[in-house]
Amino acid sequence: MPYLPNTDANREKMLAKIGASSIEELFKDVPAAYRFPELKLPKAVSEMEVLNELYGLALKNSSTGCFATFLGAGAYNHFVPSAIPYLVSRGEFLTAYTPYQPEVSQGTLQAMFEYQSMVAALTGMDVVNASHYDGATSMAEAAIMAVNVSNGKRRKIVVAPSVHPQYRQTLRTYLPGQQVVITGDENLDASLDDLKAMLHSDTACLVVQNPTFFGELLDVNGLADAVHAAGGLLVVVAVPVISLGLLIPPGEYGADIVVAEGQPLGAGLNFGGPYLGIFAAREQFVRKMPGRLIGETTDTEGRRGYVLTLSTREQHIRREKATSNICTNQGLIALTAAMYLAYMGKSGLRAVAEQCYQKAHFAAAEIDKLNGYQVVTRGAFFNEFVVQCPKPVAEVNEALLKKGILGGYDLEQDYPNARNQMLVCVTEMNTRKQIDMLVEALRSI
Amino acid sequence: MWLRPEPLIFEISSPGRKAYTLPELDVPASEYPAGYVRDEVKLPEVSELEFVRHYTHLSQKNYSIDTVFYPLGSCTMKYNPKVNEKAAAIEGLAQVHPLQPPATVQGSLELMYNLQEALKEIAGFAGITLQPAAGAHGEFTGVLIMRAYHASREDTKRTRVLIPDSAHGTNPATSAMSGFSVVQIPSDSRGNVDLEALRAQCDDTVVGLMLTNPNTLGLFEEHVLEVCEIIHACGGLMYGDGANLNALLGIARPGDLGFDVMHFNLHKTFTTPHGGGGPGSGPVGVSAHLMPFLPGPVVVKQGDQYTFEKPEKSIGRLKAFYGNYGMFIRAYTYIRMMGPDGLRAVSEDAVLNANYLKALVSPHFALAVERTCMHEFVVHGDIPGTDIRALDVAKRLIDYGQHPPTNYFPLIVHDALMIEPTETESQEALEAFAEALEKIAAEARSNPELLHTAPHTTPVSRLDEVKAARNPVLCYKG
Repeated sequence: MPYLPNTDANREKMLAKIGASSIEELFKDVPAAYRFPELKLPKAVSEMEVLNELYGLALKNSSTGCFATFLGAGAYNHFVPSAIPYLVSRGEFLTAYTPYQPEVSQGTLQAMFEYQSMVAALTGMDVVNASHYDGATSMAEAAIMAVNVSNGKRRKIVVAPSVHPQYRQTLRTYLPGQQVVITGDENLDASLDDLKAMLHSDTACLVVQNPTFFGELLDVNGLADAVHAAGGLLVVVAVPVISLGLLIPPGEYGADIVVAEGQPLGAGLNFGGPYLGIFAAREQFVRKMPGRLIGETTDTEGRRGYVLTLSTREQHIRREKATSNICTNQGLIALTAAMYLAYMGKSGLRAVAEQCYQKAHFAAAEIDKLNGYQVVTRGAFFNEFVVQCPKPVAEVNEALLKKGILGGYDLEQDYPNARNQMLVCVTEMNTRKQIDMLVEALRSI
Repeated sequence: MWLRPEPLIFEISSPGRKAYTLPELDVPASEYPAGYVRDEVKLPEVSELEFVRHYTHLSQKNYSIDTVFYPLGSCTMKYNPKVNEKAAAIEGLAQVHPLQPPATVQGSLELMYNLQEALKEIAGFAGITLQPAAGAHGEFTGVLIMRAYHASREDTKRTRVLIPDSAHGTNPATSAMSGFSVVQIPSDSRGNVDLEALRAQCDDTVVGLMLTNPNTLGLFEEHVLEVCEIIHACGGLMYGDGANLNALLGIARPGDLGFDVMHFNLHKTFTTPHGGGGPGSGPVGVSAHLMPFLPGPVVVKQGDQYTFEKPEKSIGRLKAFYGNYGMFIRAYTYIRMMGPDGLRAVSEDAVLNANYLKALVSPHFALAVERTCMHEFVVHGDIPGTDIRALDVAKRLIDYGQHPPTNYFPLIVHDALMIEPTETESQEALEAFAEALEKIAAEARSNPELLHTAPHTTPVSRLDEVKAARNPVLCYKG
């Protein structure tokens, strides 16, 4: 058997030491009627055979490498520099556990401290935790935290309809136990002013996405003031996170909690996971934060070192009184994001964000010129925009697929009024040639 | 290990230095809208070699499975096969967008379907969701399913979740997050759930019992069938915490024993790497009566095509997209390479290794419970007659090149050291660990100071955790 070093000779010696006559004897506590069931699974294969099987499955997929990809909507196609996966896959990072023993985990701990520091700079916030499962679960935990900050007195969450539909669905699954009201998105056309009018003394938070799910940049003037005047918290979903390389971060316009999907920071698409839940907050709320935090301290000889800290918020100490039940997080993807931010650095992240912006604006202008198509997004946007198509988006996408183009997201799935509207995403991965190809293909449909 | 201090990445930074390259912008540039553009992000500026050395040095400050024996109880730190990493990186499987049309992702859906089927068979369940991203996320999913089941029967006075005192902290935290109160059930002298105490709590307000089996003492619940009967008799459901499933592959199927719902930890039992804290993957299995409540979407097969479907009374979505798919590829690769006989051999050797190590260690450290153990066992880590505590022993083990066991858990054992060797360790590796513990027990009497000040061979010595919590420094202030 692969990976099992015990030989029969080993097993005999070990059984003798234990004082058992057979391995079966070790399982005498298992009810006899159910002991040693036959598992009806395919028989074992070699490494060569399993790889061949997986290559066969890969051939049944069309990967983004086969297409010019204009699909975003929460998962983004970005370039990953070679050095990042190379280093992330080092066994010392990959096969370590949660750093509960700090003396032999300084690598993971320092890297996470650097992650917290870089994400704090990116979001304009004070404190960042060591990750959640993804952007959607970060957002749900942020809403729970907002209720907890009010000590449970405020139980209304106002959420903008322009927040990612799957994030809003996740929020609703997460909160049945909290006896809260989730409102704001019953009217899918609700404006920021409509939402502001819903903020009252019962409101724990307002949740907005910026750029919105439709790619538009919110007018954030006075937004935080309006939420704070009602005594609630402003939660900003900063998706796509690459936008923060160019745009004013939520920390600067008064956000209390910022969450984001960290996948664009080096993690690849991976059919939806593993991704990275970014979670940042103002310092005054740190003791209400969910998830792990890494702090700097010193050892017995005064040397700088890092430890898991403020653990009294967490489930392994506080059990049912913890701020969240989270234990295992997305550590390795947080490490990946830290490496991406360090590798791209000050100018590189800006350059990627600028390319996304410029290419998207060029593509939007070209598509808007086409007969039968109209870019509906009229305000400022980052790298996603909405196109009114002459036909149902599913039909348009089918035609695009035949030309080697992965088209945009069909908004009608979630927004019935968005008939024939496609959310197009452009990143630094899209060449001028690909954009021209998309425009030509749309023209011919 | 790399013992020298490693500067923070910000301290290595030098203005104008770059690692990245990008193509030139190939479209005409337009103006940025006024009032939206930020000042520069204060990120480091380093060359590629500085970057590589920094992270290589950091990696060398970690203990890991690839470098040392790592017997963390209830964490199943077994070898993570390298083929898993190669499989997960196959471009046609990895570079796939989650919102592509299903016709273009049939390979990924087939893999997910096959994994669902395998997990059903391994644990004896009728339905599976792969969506939860970790064990605690799976627990939350499972408890929400239990809640939805009772609600669907208009059985709304059930608000109490029963949890043994040996349980992981995530169990009570999950119950609270789901809006339920927690009732702790004591363990008896053999480490089982105390049946009398359990019966006394069972009535029509019970949501169910969350049971880890084998439990965190490493012991198989001797009355498991009776426990299931008692809970079912009062209308409750049996939740299985699958953290310790590594003891049961091909040995017993929780679904057969009477569990209604259970989460798996692909990062424990099925060799996906722990990654220094994650990502994990926590699929949930349910018996037939709970299938309508599974979170959506699940993968179904229609003819020879695979597609997504939302179950009829689904509790909803637990995260965006479908789960930690990269972990599905790894776990599936492992299950295919082990096959049914290999999986049974995994649990047999895991249990054999644990009992062998228990036999070697128990002359030097007192067992919490004297019984044949499953995949792990618990000893008292203090040395009677000295002031040496479990923490000192754990830290001294580091000097012998061994990762310490889980310590001070389970909470019901004082000075607990919880030792899980796993099946991928050799007899020699187990003996080396036991020998280190034996020497440490002797040192506790001959030179206790050596233990109090351990470890001595690491980049840093014991760290001031009180200082870290009292004056939190959570990011670089420059």
